[in-house]
Amino acid sequence: MARLLAAILLAWLITAGSVAAQADRPLADPTAEHRALALHKELRCLVCQNQAINDSNAELARQLRQIVRERIAAGDSDEKVRRYVVDRYGDWVLMRPPFKWSTALLWLSPALLFALVVAIAIVQVRRKRGTRAEPPLSTEEQRKLDALLSSDDRVRP
Amino acid sequence: MIPELGHFSVILALVVAIVQGTFPLVGTSRRVPSWTAVAQPAALAQAALLAFSFACLTYVYVTSDFSVLNVWQNSHTEKPLLYKISGVWGNHEGSLLLWVLILALFGAAVAGFGRNIPPVLRARVIAVQGLVAVGFLGLLVFMSNPFERVVPAPLEGNGLNPLLQDPGLAFHPPFLYLGYVGFSIAFSFAIAALIDGRVDAAWARWVRPWTLAAWTFLTIGIALGSWWAYYELGWGGWWFWDPVENASFMPWLAGTALLHSAIVVERRDTLKAWTVLLAILTFSLSLLGTFIVRSGVLNSVHAFATDPSRGVFILAFLVIAIGGALTLYASRAAKLAPGGLFAPISREGTLVLNNLLLMAATGTVLLGTMYPLFLDAVTGEKVTVGPPFFNSTFAPLMAPLVILMTIGPMLPWKRGDLSGALARLKFAALLAAITAALTLYVTAGIPPLAVGGIALGTWVVGGALADVAERWGVGRVQWRDVVARAVNTPRAALGAAIAHAGVGVLILGITGSLAWETERLEAMKPGQSVEFAGYTAVFDGARPARGPNYDAIRGTFRIYQDNALIAVMEPETRRFANPPMATTEAAIRPRFGGDIYIAMGESTGDGGFAARLYRKPMIHWIWSGALIMVLGGLLSLSDRRHRVGAPARRAAAAALAPAE
Repeated sequence: MARLLAAILLAWLITAGSVAAQADRPLADPTAEHRALALHKELRCLVCQNQAINDSNAELARQLRQIVRERIAAGDSDEKVRRYVVDRYGDWVLMRPPFKWSTALLWLSPALLFALVVAIAIVQVRRKRGTRAEPPLSTEEQRKLDALLSSDDRVRP
Repeated sequence: MIPELGHFSVILALVVAIVQGTFPLVGTSRRVPSWTAVAQPAALAQAALLAFSFACLTYVYVTSDFSVLNVWQNSHTEKPLLYKISGVWGNHEGSLLLWVLILALFGAAVAGFGRNIPPVLRARVIAVQGLVAVGFLGLLVFMSNPFERVVPAPLEGNGLNPLLQDPGLAFHPPFLYLGYVGFSIAFSFAIAALIDGRVDAAWARWVRPWTLAAWTFLTIGIALGSWWAYYELGWGGWWFWDPVENASFMPWLAGTALLHSAIVVERRDTLKAWTVLLAILTFSLSLLGTFIVRSGVLNSVHAFATDPSRGVFILAFLVIAIGGALTLYASRAAKLAPGGLFAPISREGTLVLNNLLLMAATGTVLLGTMYPLFLDAVTGEKVTVGPPFFNSTFAPLMAPLVILMTIGPMLPWKRGDLSGALARLKFAALLAAITAALTLYVTAGIPPLAVGGIALGTWVVGGALADVAERWGVGRVQWRDVVARAVNTPRAALGAAIAHAGVGVLILGITGSLAWETERLEAMKPGQSVEFAGYTAVFDGARPARGPNYDAIRGTFRIYQDNALIAVMEPETRRFANPPMATTEAAIRPRFGGDIYIAMGESTGDGGFAARLYRKPMIHWIWSGALIMVLGGLLSLSDRRHRVGAPARRAAAAALAPAE
């Protein structure tokens, strides 16, 4: 058993060693590493199904995590790092779609839907006010109503 | 033999479903009682046939019969028994069988327990339920046969995706389906009402318990899924706004709206057409979710293995079902007599706003989920709509709803008095203000949005308490009367207050866990230590370990606080052979100040490992909130008034009682 486990560990270390060059190596400066982590959550893993590079075990995600760290270490601002990645992989890599013509509908829709809600609510209130502010009966109408009511009385046994 | 019996039984169920979907509809409109009477036995027979078929599939999984293609592809002899059973629904064909089984069980429940529903309405509900079943049984029989054989039978199976070999995920799909599919009853009631041309308070009274049950199950299902994501995926996240998560969340949002609008129909006999539309939309979103998960049109972590022809079939069914329902709605909705008018500031006024806001939120999630697909089809442009989009659009839509959900229950029906309601919420407002101030004081530099979230969560919990206190007359009547009132409070009202409080706890959990989280990523060598969030973690190294069907590397971390050892934590990375795949098993230690969460990553090659260390305060409030919501739902369901048949039985009993 012990030999088996040793063999497994050995195999593990060999495979692990071959990818070691890309293992996560956090930046020494905590604030810089914090910025890197925040950026990792905004960038999409290219080979995964809809995951941020922060949340992926994929080799490419790991490499991209390191690239982000290298850019930060080289003194790039967050915006510059984003542009660096987008220049290479396109807007698709951003988890937050940029605002432009093709995404205008997407970004404006919540506001439009909310405006619709407010509009419906206002129309409802107006309609209710309208019904409440019904003008009082004219004398002619009042006379007709009285006539109707009294005729109703006569019918009643 | 057993697989063939199962297969045969599914085919029979399809035939029964066709009978169930047609004869009662013709029978009720042409007044042929014998045709109408087919509904109940057909619904019961369909459920029995599918239950038998499901038992057959479970049997071949438990006995590891690899001559069945589905078992060979998704099971393995070394798998623990629980996962042999949960493997039945861990794949497209098996989960589809579970889907139709649950659909049939709901139909059978209406047939078996819906004694007080008028016979014609009941027959029509069962028939519509049968028509929905025809679509899915067709898909099962013609395109996704779970009992397909392989010749010659392989000796060993391929195994189940290791991520799915987890208790949380074993029970997640059944609950999710109970919720998804449960909304089919509301849909069937809506279609039956449209055929009938009549919706009244009684209709709403029959629809409500079914909708509430489906909503409760769906809440459990979603909560289980997010809990699983938290401890199994190893990234410390619990909600990713993934298309498949959204697919289950949209019916939940619409179902929540339906739950509230049905109350208005029952109490005020108004908002009928809207409620019928909501019932149709809720189940349509469930169908859309099924399409998203099974067709592979959207990129998702959880999508089943994809097959375009199945996607086309489901899409066609979707168009027929939703298109047909909406066409019927368009032609009949005008006939549903509108009810009385009401003042905007009233209980029903806030419930209308609740509905509008929930549907706006549903629309936002729907658009965000489908936009990449839509844009790709129209312009060919690829775009990713990820969590940052949803977080920044969904939350602002929810905020007014959350403020409103406390005020609404304080307003009376018909015509309310806003200042009176707000006066009764003094206590909740004060509590929210104090908590917000305390939050600012304790954490310097906390984002203002987080303070807002804490205030909102407290406002909701405080509002729910105020609601209950108001009902019990706390502070207005003598204590003995308070107890008497407490005993007599309808369970439905208490359940609603509890569910609302659950939402508050959930909001507090989300805000707190985001605002006060500490995250460290370190490459650690044995003996190295790291400080985080007031703890010191010492890495003692990693060693190999063996599980029932995997090999693991298990790391050991000692956690110190103020130089005292408080925990030894052992995160693992597991490597499964069948199918070959690695998973991360995070070590989680709940503490009063929040979870300590350690996930071990890949080796750095020199004996060190990349480790992620988190402290996640208040994270458990998220699932506690969901659990409280579920308890509220269950309590409400246990109310006599909700129990189907109860009012009729009581009335009958009263009539039979001798007059004195």
